[in-house]
Amino acid sequence: MNNILVLPMLLPIIVGVLLIFLRTYGRIQAWISLTAMALTAGISGYLLHKVQTDGIIRLDFGGWEPPFGILFVADSFAVLLVLTSSIITAICLSYALISTSKELQTMYFYPTVLFLIAGVNGSFLTGDMFNLFVCFEVMLLSSYVLLTLGNSKRQLREAIKYVSINIVSSWFFLVALAFLYGAVGTLNMAHLADRVAEVGQTPLLTTISIVFLIVFSLKAGLLLYFWLPGSYSSPPIVTSALFGALLTKVGIYALFRVFSLIFHHQPEITHTVIGIMAALTLIGGSLGAISFNDLRSIAAYNVVIAVGFILVGLAIATPAAIAGSIYYIIHDMVAKALLFLLIGTMITLSGTSKMAGMSGLMKNYPLLGWSFFVAMLSLAGIPPLSGFIGKVLISSAAIDNGSYVLLALSLLSSIFVLYSLLRVFKNCFWGETIVSKEEQLPLRRGVLIPCLVLVGLTILIGLGTESMSPYVTDAAETLVNPSVYIDAVLGKIQ
Amino acid sequence: MESLIIVLVGVLTTVAIYLVLSKNVVRVILGTAILSHAVHLLILSMGGLKLGAVPLLGEEAVNYVDALPQALILTAIVISFAVTAFILVLAYRAYQELGTDNLGAMRGSDDE
Repeated sequence: MNNILVLPMLLPIIVGVLLIFLRTYGRIQAWISLTAMALTAGISGYLLHKVQTDGIIRLDFGGWEPPFGILFVADSFAVLLVLTSSIITAICLSYALISTSKELQTMYFYPTVLFLIAGVNGSFLTGDMFNLFVCFEVMLLSSYVLLTLGNSKRQLREAIKYVSINIVSSWFFLVALAFLYGAVGTLNMAHLADRVAEVGQTPLLTTISIVFLIVFSLKAGLLLYFWLPGSYSSPPIVTSALFGALLTKVGIYALFRVFSLIFHHQPEITHTVIGIMAALTLIGGSLGAISFNDLRSIAAYNVVIAVGFILVGLAIATPAAIAGSIYYIIHDMVAKALLFLLIGTMITLSGTSKMAGMSGLMKNYPLLGWSFFVAMLSLAGIPPLSGFIGKVLISSAAIDNGSYVLLALSLLSSIFVLYSLLRVFKNCFWGETIVSKEEQLPLRRGVLIPCLVLVGLTILIGLGTESMSPYVTDAAETLVNPSVYIDAVLGKIQ
Repeated sequence: MESLIIVLVGVLTTVAIYLVLSKNVVRVILGTAILSHAVHLLILSMGGLKLGAVPLLGEEAVNYVDALPQALILTAIVISFAVTAFILVLAYRAYQELGTDNLGAMRGSDDE
């Protein structure tokens, strides 16, 4: 019965393989992949409900009991992220269906997106460190392909850097895995947590954990984000939206999992380092976000700021802070997808990605303008929208914990987010219209629908925090008390 | 035996890093290939290089070889093979489009 757990990874792979044979039929591919993602979202919704009633579910592949085989473990944190990423992917795919070029539709775009989401969902669900590496690679290889699809010079140039950096960071991942296996002799996450707790987190293990920190920081864009703005701002906008919403979150998930489950015995070293890195990320991201005139670079630096903010929650590591981070991750996936899609629409309408080339869009496209306004408020964390609750929880936890520097930086970064987007809003939507009503490009019918759905989602998450809270509280509780996870995986064998 | 392999890993990593730091794309790719070989050897030696029997095929042997690192390496080799193939094609396409294989010339500017 637990076999359903494998579907969020298996379904996209099977459908993706199928779609390769339907290469020339762009629209059919789009509809099939959309259905597949909707189905995956439904399955993960069911899983979330089931985890809530039955506790953590696990699936041992091939019947090998942990710690021997590879397994998938579904706790609330993982399933919440699987659910959100499936929904976001479905929405991005519908945007692709409406807006993208014929070329992209027939160049294996849909199969690759499905493989990407398979890697993402696999990374969330896996309970084995090496399997995590494999899922990361599935995701990364798909992201390399997506980054180069479209074949512009800029994409190729950025792709070479992105791929090289990721190869090196995967190398670090393998080095860390090798040392970890040499040190404790297992790769099952729960078993690792158990062993590390048994021997105590010796300096050697702490060093290994720092190597993991470097690896996941490279993937998440925590401090080591130098590759991020270039590669997130060059591909077609749907791809950017998917990257901004999903890829960094996988790294963040891995950081949360590893540093709350396995290496949480020396918080004065590991969590301090994470805190410092988060602080520097906030500063760097804020400076980047206000220093560019290119809309896509601004959006990319906003991704960096969000990463820093979420990791502040991990650095503080109280239950409230972790819960705040989880709310904020979910919010950020929705809001970043929205931001990128809106900016993409603006770029298509005005034919340039520079702020200087746009003015007075509000007059011609009021709905687009108001959607951007909502996205801006949501990202800045204005109350009825989804970003608010995460900010409040993390900030209050920072006050309780006495981490005033982190508190100040995270709140200041919100102002920078607001300022950078307000600048876009003021320059592009206000002012005199450059094009007259007659000359304006028509906003293609339906292009705004995915954006409006995302706007609806961000409002819904903001207003429906109450109904989300049992799931998030449960997820945070599992993260704060690793024993829940360990017991669920290793059973009563120990 | 382990010490020998570890020294070899060190040498390979040194060579690989030298190559990765160069400006020529092909050299960087060769560097990453060597880099992955180094880490595969590292994983193998981390499992212990004892001279034991084949794992799980008989019951008489005193010493069994740990099978897990070999399984891990097998997977890692396949992945690094795929990634290397991809980046080679990417470098070729980039050379066709950009007309250079020098990473320094690929920096790009705001007004391309």
